[in-house]
Amino acid sequence: MNTVAQIEQSSLRMDIPSFKAGDTLKVHVKIREGEKQRIQIFQGFVLRRQGESSRETFTVRKVSAGIGVERTFPVHSPMLDKIELINRGRVRRAKLYYMRKLRGKAARIRTIN
Amino acid sequence: MAEIQELLAKKVGMTQLYNELGELVPVTVLAVGPCTVVQVKTAKKDGYSAVQLGFDEKPMPRANQPQIGHCKKAGKGVFYHLREVLVDDENSFQPGDVFTADLFSPGNLVTVTAKSKGKGFAGVMKRYGFKGQPATHGAHKNHRSGGSIGTSAYPGRVYPGKKMPGQMGNAKVSVKNLTVVQVQPDQGLILVKGGVPGSKNGLVTIKKIK
Repeated sequence: MNTVAQIEQSSLRMDIPSFKAGDTLKVHVKIREGEKQRIQIFQGFVLRRQGESSRETFTVRKVSAGIGVERTFPVHSPMLDKIELINRGRVRRAKLYYMRKLRGKAARIRTIN
Repeated sequence: MAEIQELLAKKVGMTQLYNELGELVPVTVLAVGPCTVVQVKTAKKDGYSAVQLGFDEKPMPRANQPQIGHCKKAGKGVFYHLREVLVDDENSFQPGDVFTADLFSPGNLVTVTAKSKGKGFAGVMKRYGFKGQPATHGAHKNHRSGGSIGTSAYPGRVYPGKKMPGQMGNAKVSVKNLTVVQVQPDQGLILVKGGVPGSKNGLVTIKKIK
């Protein structure tokens, strides 16, 4: 293993469930407000995963009050309290950019039970 | 041992780390030292105080006789790189002294100097960020040219230092005030915040800021 990979190894989190594009997640994000810390939940489907090792990020998309909202998180960030896997989606692509154009009934993802 | 402020290192690569606030910090990994004192320059004999450091040991079959002779006094093998580092007092150094990454500690500010990646003969848009000329509206085959380089009869010449096309990169570049984020003395690694000039495996010097 090369040196950079070894350094990255130390910041990897082992408690992250395996998930991929199309899955529905509940992301529990730690939010710091001054001294206090609280947890906010961001629920949506995974639009993409990008990068590898400790640099990997994922983007979650949801439609909130008719407006599409996307948030990108580093997978191994200590600011993520936990990631809850709600549904596994059956999709045929790794990046679901086409979902941005779809509205209503068309914007559903088939789930795997 | 008296202080030495500067060591030689190799750029390993870049990655990201999380700090205690959970923020991502971009870091460059440098493999620092071990640097061996090969020669001591004295104020009396050479007119200035410095030590010559050897870095990156060379296998013996690769070394030629003059190199072996030069590094003999230090007795730590022959090196690929030799660089002089100025010191305040040369009397506290002996050929054969070895310095490693533990000279640095997290929070130190350092200057990193290296040779930047060569970009070849570059035009003014790439080299100096000029805007170039319009893409359309009748622009004629001069989209990337720099435009006028001066005025007319007065002064009747181009001012010295005018930014023009030429060699870009492959020059000595220093980056000042980089923070040392982490030191791994057992592996001889130093992680500094931010980027460092040059390619991977390139020679860099890392200098403590007082």
